[in-house]
Amino acid sequence: MNLDFSFLSWGVVQSFVLKGLVFSIQLTLIAMVGGIVLGTLLALMRLSGKPWLVVPAAAYVNTMRSIPLVMVILWFFLLIPLLIGRPLGAELSAMVTFTLFEAAYYSEIMRAGIQSVPKGQVYAGYAVGMTYRQTMQLVVLPQAFRNMLPVLLTQTIILFQDTSLVYAIGAYDLLKGFEIAGKNFNRPVETYLVAAVIYFVICFSLSMLVKRLQNRIAIIR
Amino acid sequence: MAWDWQVFCKETTSGEQVASCFGRGGDITYLDWMLSAWGWTLSVASLALIVALVTGSLVGILRTTPDKRLVFFGNTWTELFRNIPLLVQIFLWYHVLPALIPVLKGFPSFVLVVFALGFFTSARISEQVRAGIQSLPRGQRYAGLAMGLTLPQTYRYVLLPMAFRIIIPPLTSESMNIVKNSSVAFAVSISELTLFAMQAGEETSRNVEVYLAATAAYFVSAFAINRVALFIENLVRVPGMIGAK
Repeated sequence: MNLDFSFLSWGVVQSFVLKGLVFSIQLTLIAMVGGIVLGTLLALMRLSGKPWLVVPAAAYVNTMRSIPLVMVILWFFLLIPLLIGRPLGAELSAMVTFTLFEAAYYSEIMRAGIQSVPKGQVYAGYAVGMTYRQTMQLVVLPQAFRNMLPVLLTQTIILFQDTSLVYAIGAYDLLKGFEIAGKNFNRPVETYLVAAVIYFVICFSLSMLVKRLQNRIAIIR
Repeated sequence: MAWDWQVFCKETTSGEQVASCFGRGGDITYLDWMLSAWGWTLSVASLALIVALVTGSLVGILRTTPDKRLVFFGNTWTELFRNIPLLVQIFLWYHVLPALIPVLKGFPSFVLVVFALGFFTSARISEQVRAGIQSLPRGQRYAGLAMGLTLPQTYRYVLLPMAFRIIIPPLTSESMNIVKNSSVAFAVSISELTLFAMQAGEETSRNVEVYLAATAAYFVSAFAINRVALFIENLVRVPGMIGAK
């Protein structure tokens, strides 16, 4: 079997792949920002010591973490229209799903990050007259965030890889773009190969960047 | 919305209710279908786990040897399988490799998925094995070599018995992940739980019931692995270490 990549011109990339790549990146960024915000809230709930906050947050995180992502994607695709009374479309549904799903994983990271801040920092905050909110916002969370930055970014790389699973509901992402191009030119082998290379290049270079960042932070600390 | 769990007792082709909920002769009910799908999920996951443990341990060990070439090979392996999404890797095994290596054309897609999932997970396991070995004091390796053990013997009798005990908890969560990740096999039409949920949900229009049942099956499988791993962890505990009785 001979590989023939000649059909892959800039025009083909532009008309099939680019749209998918944009969506994959969009989905990753939205789920990252939304997931970290929600995840931090969940982590604060779990560390609050108040049972009526701890129990629901723990239940949410543990449930999300024990269901396969594909099933979660299908669940939301099924349930959101039942709840809001109209179909949401695969792309929007994916954004909601990934934000809520990743929040569970980010919350575990943020929980570890908050716990890594020495207790004395919290007492110091209270001692100078700060409220709970101020202590968290100005003292604890910035440090937790900084300590966990490499882990948060690594999770984001995993998230970017996982966006390919929107395949299950037919959303148009990077992989889908390659797949459709492959079908149109009857060259599925080449397009899957190129897709793998592109994913590898993106994820590998991002993980190298994270590694460098990690070394940098380690030196300052 | 009313529940209708009777849907599982329906015959899949005619849609008739079967009194015993299990089909007879050549007929199958949705319950039969789900149990067989669960079986596929567990077989894919457990075979892939074996592949992942064997290759992952091997690659992880290579990454801690003094030989630079072996380390490089191990690192390349890990980065390669860690930085390509699982779904893309499954497509590579299913669409690309058989086109490049004709022998693979005769393989059923089940085998290809097992290798795809196994090698994907082997990258993560190799990270843990490497971390486990590196967490041991360096003196242990030197002690083994100083006593006249060869390098393989040092690994076999000194380093690995401790390293594997240390990494049982992360290996447990990786084993639970492999059950969850096996759901991606739906993409190449392995009739496992996720594909069952998609198809049976569509056929019966009872999506919620079918999805709930499939999700529960994933829960139960992952929980069972968790218990087994805990049992193994207790069994191989090293006396005198933290967590020992």
